[in-house]
Amino acid sequence: MSHDHSNLFPETLPAEPEKATLEGKNKFFGLWFFLGGETVLFASLFGTYLALKNSTAGGPASDELFGLGLVFLMTMLLLTSSLTSVYAMYHMRNGDFKKMYLWLAITGLLGIGFLACEIYEFAHYITDYGFTFRSSAFGSAFYALVGFHGGHVLFGICWLLSLLIRNAKRGLNLYNAPKFNTFSLYWHFIDVVWVFIFTVVYLMGKVG
Amino acid sequence: MSTAAMGKRSFGAVLWDYMTTVDHKKIAHLYLAGGGFFFILGGIEALIIRIQLIKPENDFISAGFYNEVITMHGTTMIFLAAMPMMIGLMNAAMPLQIGARDVAFPFVNALSFWLFFFGGILLNISFLTGGAPDAGWTSYASLAMQSPGHGVDYYVAGLQIAGAGTLMGGINFLATIVTMRAPGMTYMRMPLFSWATFVTSILILFAFPPLTINLFLLMFDRMFDTAFFNVALGGNTIIYQHLFWIFGHPEVYILILPFFGLFSDIFSTFSRKRLFGYTAMVFATMLIAFLGFMVWAHHMFTVGLGPVANSIFAVGTMAIAVPTGIKIFNWLLTMWGGQVTINSAMLWALGFIPSFTIGGVTGVMLGSAVADYQYHDTYFVIAHFHYVIVGGSVFGIFAGLHYWWPKMFGRVLNETLGKWTFWLFFIGFHLTFFIQHFLGLMGMPRRYWVFLHDQGLELGNLISSVGAFFMGVASIIFVYNIIYTAIKEEKAEADPWDGRTLEWTVSSPPPYYNFEQLPLVRGLDPLWIEKMEGDGTVPPGEPLDDVHMPNGSILPLLMGLGFFIAGFGFIYQDGQGSLWYLALYGGMAFAIGCMVVRSLKDDYGYYIPKEELQKALEGEAK
Amino acid sequence: MTNEVNTEQAELLRRKKSKDEMKKQLISFGMMIVFTLISFGLVAVGTIERMYILPILFVMAIVQAGFQFYYFMHLKDRDHEMPATFIYGGVWAGFLTLAGLMVISWW
Repeated sequence: MSHDHSNLFPETLPAEPEKATLEGKNKFFGLWFFLGGETVLFASLFGTYLALKNSTAGGPASDELFGLGLVFLMTMLLLTSSLTSVYAMYHMRNGDFKKMYLWLAITGLLGIGFLACEIYEFAHYITDYGFTFRSSAFGSAFYALVGFHGGHVLFGICWLLSLLIRNAKRGLNLYNAPKFNTFSLYWHFIDVVWVFIFTVVYLMGKVG
Repeated sequence: MSTAAMGKRSFGAVLWDYMTTVDHKKIAHLYLAGGGFFFILGGIEALIIRIQLIKPENDFISAGFYNEVITMHGTTMIFLAAMPMMIGLMNAAMPLQIGARDVAFPFVNALSFWLFFFGGILLNISFLTGGAPDAGWTSYASLAMQSPGHGVDYYVAGLQIAGAGTLMGGINFLATIVTMRAPGMTYMRMPLFSWATFVTSILILFAFPPLTINLFLLMFDRMFDTAFFNVALGGNTIIYQHLFWIFGHPEVYILILPFFGLFSDIFSTFSRKRLFGYTAMVFATMLIAFLGFMVWAHHMFTVGLGPVANSIFAVGTMAIAVPTGIKIFNWLLTMWGGQVTINSAMLWALGFIPSFTIGGVTGVMLGSAVADYQYHDTYFVIAHFHYVIVGGSVFGIFAGLHYWWPKMFGRVLNETLGKWTFWLFFIGFHLTFFIQHFLGLMGMPRRYWVFLHDQGLELGNLISSVGAFFMGVASIIFVYNIIYTAIKEEKAEADPWDGRTLEWTVSSPPPYYNFEQLPLVRGLDPLWIEKMEGDGTVPPGEPLDDVHMPNGSILPLLMGLGFFIAGFGFIYQDGQGSLWYLALYGGMAFAIGCMVVRSLKDDYGYYIPKEELQKALEGEAK
Repeated sequence: MTNEVNTEQAELLRRKKSKDEMKKQLISFGMMIVFTLISFGLVAVGTIERMYILPILFVMAIVQAGFQFYYFMHLKDRDHEMPATFIYGGVWAGFLTLAGLMVISWW
């Protein structure tokens, strides 16, 4: 009657452990489709931002507000975290749980660093410029777009933490490999969105 | 474990079973029941509207309540009745049609349903708590920002929750069709309904995010005083209109495409002929979906986007008539020369063709930007979209229910009662809406509480109201038919319609694992091929082995409940008292807590042993 | 016996491929850093005219996104046709949304 699910825990993992089971394949495709939808979600926010970015209602405009230094730091943090999660997936495919774990932990730390910078940035705008999401349509659109991205980073960190805590002592198997892989895809996508945020919001905003 | 051993079970056990189920067939039942409930609510709202407009300057209901009723009628019918019933039919039929044992994410499937259910309940509770949303189903920001009370907040919260469920459902169906087709079931061998499910899911995936964002923007503006739509602070309400229709126009194709697929299956089954122009049908479906994304601004011709924009969108709109025309002709040619059986399901399909074509023709009329200035916001528009949504989606739902009722519930719906339903509804539908074209051309505006004496509108409105009651009676007969069938009708066989596709190869209703062995598909209409060339049974595509099944769970329901409670918190957080904050944070924490439990608790599912399947196979052979 | 050797060889081959892949990914990371530096540098220096710098910045972003998708997320690999289709679908729907909100939302 009972089946011990031993097929999920083979002695040696196959070449692509994340797609070796039907469940894994489903997760892989499901997440990609979700990212397709997320593309439209962020496009809607970008569109709103671009339509409203000159509606400052007498408040500070984008070129007075933004500083490049902090944004550059944030960009580097997030770009590097993308590379570290690539390393993690590289080690996952080699079946090296310890190294994967280490690289994922670094990814999480970099993400937390990014988030800390963002919180500092928002606090800086609010306290030093009185620039809030209520002060003008530009303010609303800015915080909505960048905040939604920040929310995605926060969600990603929570996701990663729960994965790392849950699987700390279990090693890699066909049940959790797809989970690590979907997280890494999600994380890369967050980075892609950030590339457009620093380009469209900060750099283009600085140019005017 | 086995279905045969269960026998009669207590009501509590059945209820618990449905509350924890992750089986696509049971989730289909839930969707149909939930959608049916809201269909009745929306129908009552429709009757209230028609009673109010039965004579000039009527005061059956107050003007304020009239606004609430028209808003809730539209919102309920589209989001809570038509879409859920459509998703219910997809759940019931699509996995069987492609030869899968379930959808890709059974747990998420249950979550989708409970989110829809709690979102719908949340929205409708507004009637009891001092005023439903009253800014129209579109809830344009310029109007919604001015709406007093909490009605629009309910709209935002309810649709946000229900919409999230729909989006998950779309992704689920996509993954299912990509990864779980049976051996030999290539894309170009899928039945048209499964194809339509696939394309519709793509539309859901790309169209719902703009709605999500739009609802967030409106929520922030109304609840947290942001300035997206506050013109004094530089906001722009046109953004709302754009985002709404970028979602809203694909939404109408979401409502119709699945039924295009369904009617294709019905026409070929009851004409005993292969679908005429299968490939053209598939590509026409894709083309409609593709074009459907590029025409949203035809809802905004009178906003003043300028002649260039209006012209582009007018041309695009008219282009959609081409693939739709291809479909209409293919259906006619499918029947041509076939052995046509006319029963209830086929009647709905036959009634659909002229009704939908009328809606399509008025659609092209409305698509002409110049003429649209005349039609805009009149009853002509009301007539048009009821012809496509009722004549397309509602006819489709009835057709689908008659067609798959034996597969879903094990009994064929009573034919006599079915024909009564059809004829009463069909006559009532045309009585109600055909005359509205002319009322609109005579200048009767939509959404008005009363119309005046001596403007030549009396007779038309009276006819329209009489027709509405025909549809009401027809719906009551249908409900009676359901009860009658459950008590009196015989058990249905596996293949009551001499069907062509895989869902008719399994018993009615199917076992909970669908297929003992996944079928081997040798071409389009696999069952028909075996009937013509083989022994009438589809051969297995895999050796008999243990079957992996997911475990049921109460968590989806609890997650939905958490968001439901949090919804109240969001709606009332600006009021006094910390109790609502408790609801907001408590509800969110509860829902997220359920997600954490789901992620941390391993769920490997279970296996049905080979022996049990072997026994079932032998039982069937006898 | 031969079977074992074969799987061992296959495993070695896979690891080598995987290593090559990693090298490519490192290169793309380096390119992305370079593109980011150029973008920030152009804006910081601020000598280029607005109408030239905006398209340059935009193209830089597109190229970076391409590296992320095709190398980091393996969109170039086999069995990624469906994901690619859906990402391009999302990009198309997103492009239409952006066009609508930028071009025909007058204010």
